[in-house]
Amino acid sequence: MNKIIEKEFFSENVAKFVLEAPEIAKSRKAGHFVIVRLDEKGERIPLTISDGDSEKGTITLVVQRVGVTSARLLDMNAGDEILDVVGPLGHATHIENYGTVLCAGGGVGVAPMLPIIKALKAAGNKVISVLAGRTRELIILEDEVAAHSDEVIIMTDDGSYGKKGLVTAGMEEVIQREKVDKAVVIGPAIMMKFGSLTTKKYNIPTEVSLNTIMVDGTGMCGACRVSIGGKTKFVCVDGPEFDAFLVDWDEMMMRMGAYRTEEHQAFENYLQTVEIAK
Amino acid sequence: MENIAEYILEGRKEEWRADLRKSMKAKERTSLERVMMPEQEPDVRNKNSIEVNLGITEEMAVAEAHRCLDCAQPTCTTGCPVGINIPAFIKKIETGDFLGAASVIKQTNALPAVCGRVCPQEKQCELNCFYTQKLNKPAIAIGHLERFTADYERNSGKMSIPKTAEPNKRKVAVVGSGPAGLAAAGDLAKFGYDVSVFEALHEIGGVLKYGIPEFRLPNEIVDVEIENMRKMGVKFRTDFIVGKTASFEDLRADGYEAFFVGSGAGLPRFMNIPGENYNGIFSSNEYLTRVNLMKAAHDDYDTPVLMGKNVAVIGGGNTAMDSVRTAKRLGADRAMIIYRRSMEEMPARVEEVHHAQDEGIEFMNLHNPVEYFADEKGRVNRMRVQKMELGEPDASGRRRPVPMEGEGSQFDIDVDLVIVAVGVSPNPIVPSSLKDLKMTDWGTIVVNKETMQSSIEDVFAGGDIVRGGATVILAMGDGRQAAAGIHKYMTEKVAVS
Repeated sequence: MNKIIEKEFFSENVAKFVLEAPEIAKSRKAGHFVIVRLDEKGERIPLTISDGDSEKGTITLVVQRVGVTSARLLDMNAGDEILDVVGPLGHATHIENYGTVLCAGGGVGVAPMLPIIKALKAAGNKVISVLAGRTRELIILEDEVAAHSDEVIIMTDDGSYGKKGLVTAGMEEVIQREKVDKAVVIGPAIMMKFGSLTTKKYNIPTEVSLNTIMVDGTGMCGACRVSIGGKTKFVCVDGPEFDAFLVDWDEMMMRMGAYRTEEHQAFENYLQTVEIAK
Repeated sequence: MENIAEYILEGRKEEWRADLRKSMKAKERTSLERVMMPEQEPDVRNKNSIEVNLGITEEMAVAEAHRCLDCAQPTCTTGCPVGINIPAFIKKIETGDFLGAASVIKQTNALPAVCGRVCPQEKQCELNCFYTQKLNKPAIAIGHLERFTADYERNSGKMSIPKTAEPNKRKVAVVGSGPAGLAAAGDLAKFGYDVSVFEALHEIGGVLKYGIPEFRLPNEIVDVEIENMRKMGVKFRTDFIVGKTASFEDLRADGYEAFFVGSGAGLPRFMNIPGENYNGIFSSNEYLTRVNLMKAAHDDYDTPVLMGKNVAVIGGGNTAMDSVRTAKRLGADRAMIIYRRSMEEMPARVEEVHHAQDEGIEFMNLHNPVEYFADEKGRVNRMRVQKMELGEPDASGRRRPVPMEGEGSQFDIDVDLVIVAVGVSPNPIVPSSLKDLKMTDWGTIVVNKETMQSSIEDVFAGGDIVRGGATVILAMGDGRQAAAGIHKYMTEKVAVS
């Protein structure tokens, strides 16, 4: 059992949770994720850790309402308990002093990016962060990112905040202006695909953190498999971070849609039960 | 363990055993027919998840026990990886002392209800039975009798808890709660250690829970055995990955003096053929985990699983049989095994193959997949198979399958679900967290075969992480052997200091 200590909405469909998880808080590093199961009948979903406090014994997760489990989690409150939280899983991010690093985060992808930004900054890098979202309320963790970045550029699709345009426009702006030694791109698959196509044009080594479907998260099932440089890899034990230029994005997006019909149906059912409960 | 032969023969000298042997002529005993296990009707069971084997009655068990000759040199025991005193428990059954039979089995086997159901008896005890070896008759149904004994005890409400030594307050950690870990934990508790079992998943039992389906091994049975271990003082911790949640170093600092690693072979193999990452193609681990552990086929559980009308399962082992029979139960019209060798070489338990055939599973032996095709959404809809023939024997002694040539040697089959059950590799998480650990080229842990000690003195290992993919009972045998190895190590450690 892991108690929710704090819950804060960033927007209607995105919230931050601070959970009690003392052992994970102690051993987690940037790039790690956890597997969460809310209750006895729940599914296991992977969530990247966005922060942690080893003294208080807590970890922070940022969750977007996309399916049944995330919707159910967003309806939980401080004081409620989550049945299973296991981790930290995956390899930690490789951190070194590259020089100038461009960190591009899309939507809730900014949450897993935050600990990487912190670690890169602490390692002596010049960190330029580009935060992107469809609209103003989907830009999250701006202050926290700013505290550990040399510069922050905000991009919104509708121009309601920062500059109007896609994340790639913000990235181009930086790359045109100065020498970038390394890029990290985290967000929805389609954003990572186009973000890494942008850096590829300039031959900037780029890392991405993949968020595929998982069951156990420990290498046992292979649901998360992706093709990396033509070889099948498991995101849970071989990743979650990979060289962006080697990822078969189309295959990954195809695999992420495996349960679209089932997910849609389950979500509809959930909304109905919530409606009835009201 | 070295005195096992003596221990088995010692019991044979007891008066009641001698009297029992005299009570019926050997000729009469050998003229009796082997008991038949009652089963659910194939056409009924292939639509439910209730256990296929219904269990034998008390009368059937006693009758079967009469067949056993209580041999002067019992060869059956040589085939048992955990050294069960087989004649002793069978003769207890013959006298009607079923609880006595259970306590004999439990002296050396922590999970009798499990082993009675999933052991490949025809390759172990029953293969070495006098009836098989010398009389050319069906062996004593040792597996059925073991299962009967364990079930009788469980249902009697008088389950005995194995005696444990005075607690010595020394902490030992067991990594993984599958058959190897449970067997090790049981023996370590008997020696008096303070045992904690750490499990990565949210349920205790490892492959017994996520892998073996309900129709072959009901979860309830596994849970009862686990509850018994709790009563012996074994502690269990779920959602804890040793090497991730806490390191071995952290646990040493926490007072753990020795470790048994039974983390299993949890890394499914694929064949690396074109199209293998299309949707609707699962590893057997994923398919079975979704259905067994996550209960994906139940409407009130959140985890989904893709359903198929034309299901192909690749492989010929127990996991392949479990997968194909599960698919049939979940509504497949056509559920088929695609196996590159012939029926002869199939590694699955004979009983499972028979059950699958009765349930309407198709066997396409001597066929191997070469490519998968999908619809515009990426869902598999067709597979290409290659006809095979058997050539010269390979390293495993089985005849090597070789592709046939010529027209018609490849053809396509319509499929909408494919389950790949071609084996597993050792899980890398634990080994990669111990950098001085000596490993083989296949990623298994190198151990001393007597003590199961690894290259790190306080780390012992067994089961699939050492064997690379074997059976429940071999894993349990390793667990017991490692427990003895740990006991020796711990005892010597005190003597030195």
